[in-house]
Amino acid sequence: MAFAHHSLLGIAQLSAEDIMTILRVAETFHEISERRIKKVPTLRGKTVVNFFMEPSTRTRASFEIAEKRLSADSLNFSPSTSSVTKGETLLDTAKNLQAMKPDILVMRHRAAGSPHFLAKHIEAAVINAGDGAHEHPTQALLDAFTMRRQGKAFGRLEVTIVGDIAHSRVARSNLLCLTKLGAHVRLCGPKTMLEPGLEALGARLYHDLDAALEGADVVMALRVQLERFGGDTLLPSAREYARCFGINRSRLERVKPDALVMHPGPINRGVEIEPEVADGERSVILEQVTSGVAVRMALLYLLSGGSPDAVAKD
Amino acid sequence: MTTSKAVLIRGARIFDPGRGVDLVGDLLLSEGKVAALGEVPAALAEGAQVVDARGLLATPGLIDLHTHLREPGYEYKEDVSSGAAAAVAGGFSAICCVPNTEPPNDSRAVTKLVMERAREAGRARVFPVAAATKGRKGKELTEMGELKEAGAVAVSDDGDPISEAGMMRRVLEYASTFGLPVANHCEDLSLSRRAPVHEGVVSAWTGLRGQPASAEVVMLARDLALCAETGARYHACHLSSARSVELVREAKSRGLPVSAEVTVHHIALSHEANRDFDPNTKCNPPLRAEEDRKACLAGLRDGTIDALVTDHAPHTDNDKAVEFDDAPFGVIGLETALPVGLGLVAAGELSLETLIESLTAGPAACFGLPGGSLAPGAPADVTLVDLGMSFTIQPSNFLSKSRNTPFAGLAARGRAVATFVGGRSVFGWPEGLVR
Repeated sequence: MAFAHHSLLGIAQLSAEDIMTILRVAETFHEISERRIKKVPTLRGKTVVNFFMEPSTRTRASFEIAEKRLSADSLNFSPSTSSVTKGETLLDTAKNLQAMKPDILVMRHRAAGSPHFLAKHIEAAVINAGDGAHEHPTQALLDAFTMRRQGKAFGRLEVTIVGDIAHSRVARSNLLCLTKLGAHVRLCGPKTMLEPGLEALGARLYHDLDAALEGADVVMALRVQLERFGGDTLLPSAREYARCFGINRSRLERVKPDALVMHPGPINRGVEIEPEVADGERSVILEQVTSGVAVRMALLYLLSGGSPDAVAKD
Repeated sequence: MTTSKAVLIRGARIFDPGRGVDLVGDLLLSEGKVAALGEVPAALAEGAQVVDARGLLATPGLIDLHTHLREPGYEYKEDVSSGAAAAVAGGFSAICCVPNTEPPNDSRAVTKLVMERAREAGRARVFPVAAATKGRKGKELTEMGELKEAGAVAVSDDGDPISEAGMMRRVLEYASTFGLPVANHCEDLSLSRRAPVHEGVVSAWTGLRGQPASAEVVMLARDLALCAETGARYHACHLSSARSVELVREAKSRGLPVSAEVTVHHIALSHEANRDFDPNTKCNPPLRAEEDRKACLAGLRDGTIDALVTDHAPHTDNDKAVEFDDAPFGVIGLETALPVGLGLVAAGELSLETLIESLTAGPAACFGLPGGSLAPGAPADVTLVDLGMSFTIQPSNFLSKSRNTPFAGLAARGRAVATFVGGRSVFGWPEGLVR
């Protein structure tokens, strides 16, 4: 039986079963990156367009490596200006992309909902690689994959996410993904970075970092994106943030002894996380990057019609 | 308007809730006025053109206090002629057009232009609302004495708020000198940041920026304090939050000269409609929570809110076929207001009396407009409504130049089937506009 979704627009559309299927398939692809020749013919003849309307280095690189390891023909398309400033509509953009007949479109956009709009007007499968502050489903999947590989079971897992939750697509997708899998999610940050509506999505909100860390199994620090504030004052300074919400060694005394420290990157060392913690023994930050390739390979495979049961990778 | 032959509307349910009239009978329109209603003596109706209206509702012509006609400047979205045609097709005999055009209507010349275009179109009556400040910039008063003389019925910087409290006070003082109501679009921009949706569960879910209800409440509270101080006639545009309704209720109970409006989309939809990122659900103020929607309905029912309006804001498909964040605010409503309102009546959320009163006598009183009544001697503006007609709302059938409605595909029951302005038939279903 094929995977039940044509596109991956968000975690919101996935069931717990779908998520576990993706993680299971990713497990079988993980091994390819360990081989001497890191390439399989699975997606030979398929065209994948990486359509990034917002700057991204690592997500795009991760997708590109996943595509190449699966032998897909991939193309990077990164218009520097938005369609609107060019005098074109997003609909025009969609029609132009469709005319090139890609099989899969990987899309990153600064505006929430843009992949959803595009998916309505394009036949190719669309993978949302981050839309505004809405969702970043592949990040959440690779985070779950990393936790699972580290031996964490999701039932009653306590996951604490710290940072600018309100403006974070990583937090939103992780919240949806982890709660679907049975984990408990705590969101922590100053009130300027937590909107009250998040509670309705199943999270518990904390403004005191120590309380949020008490007994946690996983701690995820988010990048404090000073550049995203757009004139809106959320924080007095990076210094104050580090003091009140930065993850450091002494604060980690409250978490479980085998807790994991995660970060979606890129890291502001010394702001949201102390270097000694980021590089410490609990940190799985680089494992997350490795997981990203496997999870994206799994998604490319599933969305191009691959069977989740008999993974044909050779 | 040229006076045509007398018209006898026969056998209709004559429904004028503003005056408590609900009877089956005849309605004679003559010399541009309502001549008689109920049992019309045959001698009086001799020679009149007879319209068989048995089974139909005859209401005063509907009045919209809040229409964007886009002319001058944005005629590709709408112009006075297409907007006036859309109005009569939706049962509106009179519309008030707000001044956010290019150039803005802050002068006699633009006011006169709009009125001249309306005369040429010969459909709905068009009453211009002039800008309260020059260029709608919120810095200098407009020449309100002259604007009123030219035909403006109210002043407003709609589309934008009058942000500075001191300026608002001067606007209220000066406008009231000439008896012009001041209509304000309440939005504290430092709170709203022009965010595309309401701050709540849907903004949390979608990651779209949310504007809190306080963006509206804060400015409304300020305006009510200024209204109390100046005694000027104040009209609150498109209320959208529960707390705003409470504030107006309280102000009215203190006897302040305040009126208020709510849009059809704010009583029919909540922010749940934004979940799918459809730019045709993006409007300002944003669709809010279910409890806000319910409070607005309650405000209409108890008379706190005087008028139901469309805030008809045309944008073309091109304008809207962009990212949700980048799409312009606004939805159209002239051709959907009555069917959607009747849907709320069918759902038990509104009485037919409240719906029609808030589209006729209610708005007429807010801006002191003629019409809104079927009393003998009133303007012969009449809308015939077929309450039983089932149809699907299809934007491709709209007479408006734009299609940006959140109600596309809605199964509706009840619509305007004929509209008379000044005793002249200007629209008939299904034939369309009457020459």
